[in-house]
Amino acid sequence: MTDMLAPAPARTRPTGSATRRGAGRRLTAYLGVLPFLAFVTVFLLWPTYIVVTGAFQDDLGRFTLSNIQAVVSGPAYLDSFLVSIGLSLVTAVLGAVFGALLAWAVAEGRPDGLLRRCVVAASGVLAQFGGVMLAFAFLATFGFNGFVTLLLADTLGIDPLSGGGWIYGFAGLAVVYTYFQIPLMLIVFLPALEGLKPQWREASDSLGGSGWAYWRHVGGPILAPGFAGAALLLFANAFSAYATAAALISQGSPLVPLQIRSALTSEVVLGQANVGKALALGMVIVVAVVMTLYALLQRRTSKWLR
Amino acid sequence: MTSRTDSPTTTSEPPAPGGGVEVRLVDLRRSYGSVHALDGLSLDLEPGELVALLGPSGCGKTTALRALAGLEELDSGTVMVDGKDTTRVSAHRRNMGMVFQAYSLFPNMTARDNVGYGLRLRRTAAAARRRRADELLELVGLGTHATRYPHQLSGGQQQRVALARALAIAPQVLLLDEPLSALDAKVRAQLRDEIRRVQREVGTTTLFVTHDQEEALAMADRVGVMSAGQLQQIAPPAELYERPRTAFVAEFVGLTNRIPGTATDGRAQVLGTAVPLLEGSATSGSVTVLVRPESIEVAPDEQGNGRVIAPTYLGSLGRVQVRLHDDSVVLAQVASHQATELTPGTPVRVTVRPTPVLAIA
Repeated sequence: MTDMLAPAPARTRPTGSATRRGAGRRLTAYLGVLPFLAFVTVFLLWPTYIVVTGAFQDDLGRFTLSNIQAVVSGPAYLDSFLVSIGLSLVTAVLGAVFGALLAWAVAEGRPDGLLRRCVVAASGVLAQFGGVMLAFAFLATFGFNGFVTLLLADTLGIDPLSGGGWIYGFAGLAVVYTYFQIPLMLIVFLPALEGLKPQWREASDSLGGSGWAYWRHVGGPILAPGFAGAALLLFANAFSAYATAAALISQGSPLVPLQIRSALTSEVVLGQANVGKALALGMVIVVAVVMTLYALLQRRTSKWLR
Repeated sequence: MTSRTDSPTTTSEPPAPGGGVEVRLVDLRRSYGSVHALDGLSLDLEPGELVALLGPSGCGKTTALRALAGLEELDSGTVMVDGKDTTRVSAHRRNMGMVFQAYSLFPNMTARDNVGYGLRLRRTAAAARRRRADELLELVGLGTHATRYPHQLSGGQQQRVALARALAIAPQVLLLDEPLSALDAKVRAQLRDEIRRVQREVGTTTLFVTHDQEEALAMADRVGVMSAGQLQQIAPPAELYERPRTAFVAEFVGLTNRIPGTATDGRAQVLGTAVPLLEGSATSGSVTVLVRPESIEVAPDEQGNGRVIAPTYLGSLGRVQVRLHDDSVVLAQVASHQATELTPGTPVRVTVRPTPVLAIA
């Protein structure tokens, strides 16, 4: 064909006005990000700056390591870190396992099925249901005067809280946290599950692989980084949760966020604000490590599931 | 089957290429609600033969291939491989290599590990597995890409690795499910030749599904044309093109003109020419004759029976659309220089060469 023989058009430099137009378009696009950047600056970067600098200052604004020293040498502070990390680990693992099973059940169902639509929509709400509301709901159900507690006592003569108020301690927090961890896991992990191509399973089958062989050599390894990444996200979610624990626990401060509250609002020991910032710095470091690992795992998975 | 996946022992050598086996599909039926994906399909493949199933989307060709692979349950019918009934044998025990339409390499494995996957399941020793995988990667021209992951390979390279992976287990039957459809035209043509070369080299009986007639005609020993779950005709490419048995086959494979004519005594009178009729044609009365563009001649003629509408220059040849005096339109294949000479509006005489044609009532 004649046009096949035509010489390729020479590449031309963009003119000055074209360059200006292109730069203008880019600038306009960036304008859309400004509100987000402003939000992040005011509610993340600036508070982080205050926390980091405040952790190394005394009441007069002079440099000091005494706040850090108080945190690392104070048994109550260290215990709160251990309890926070332990609680986050337990709820992350429980949430990851049960959430993954739920996500698997949803992924196996019809894409436009009622089960899927209901579960995904409910998970979207329940994953954000933490805080005072959840604590109240939990107390209203399982507390000393909770619906289930009274029902069991009246009908069966059983007092589930006879051994103590377990719901106000570690076990209770674990149960409440798991309540919002499971739906969060579903939301985070479902896309990874749906990224598994049916052809991989069929290819494995045709090459002689049983279902176990597929999950062991293909499905499992592909999902493992995504699963671990989602579990890390759940860990960070639990580690940084405050309102639920604050509403549920009125005596003592077994978690780091509650210790920070104590340091900032205590009427018994004054001048502890910068110790609170040192505690917050510790939390920032833990969450930063976790999120870095999460990002690394996500990068690996996204490459595979592209 | 050459090996079992759950064998507890490790073998030092990969399975040897077994050559081709005979495959028989007998009266396969599969319905989805009211849709008959397979409606009594029967098909035989000779040992070492490459058969292409050709047809439009939804005609059942992929269902047939998947039924042979064991990935699709049948309502009824029998699948025989090497004389054995494998209808109820699960997919992972059939020893069939399959290359899928979409890229199906395991993304967490290198090209070498992908190719060696089937051997790993067969407990082939690591050294032998690696040697066999490297041999096959060489065979498909990717010897230097053994350590690359799928996302580091192009679409064509991924399909080559998929072919090597399917061949690594020395399958009894090789199944190709539109393996070229996701590739661009140039890579498709290259890989088409390569698949055929490799298939001839290993001699594995192969069923190849495609909706691309050029691919089917270029690669297959025989081409089966399917429509609505049934096999319309199966024949070597030249026979299928030149002697179609049904109007569907004539029109699906290549270009065809529908021209009115009259049939008598095994011949049809079309545009003033008596042409012989193919087997299966309507034999008397008014008929529609199916004529290939290359069987139509066009010559400038002031007293002719039509006028040129649109000439098309295609490099080595040309095509000309002509509106006849009865207002019907025919397409003729002409020499490329003729396509440039026959400008729109040129009065022409259209005649038919006396090659055998199919006539339908």
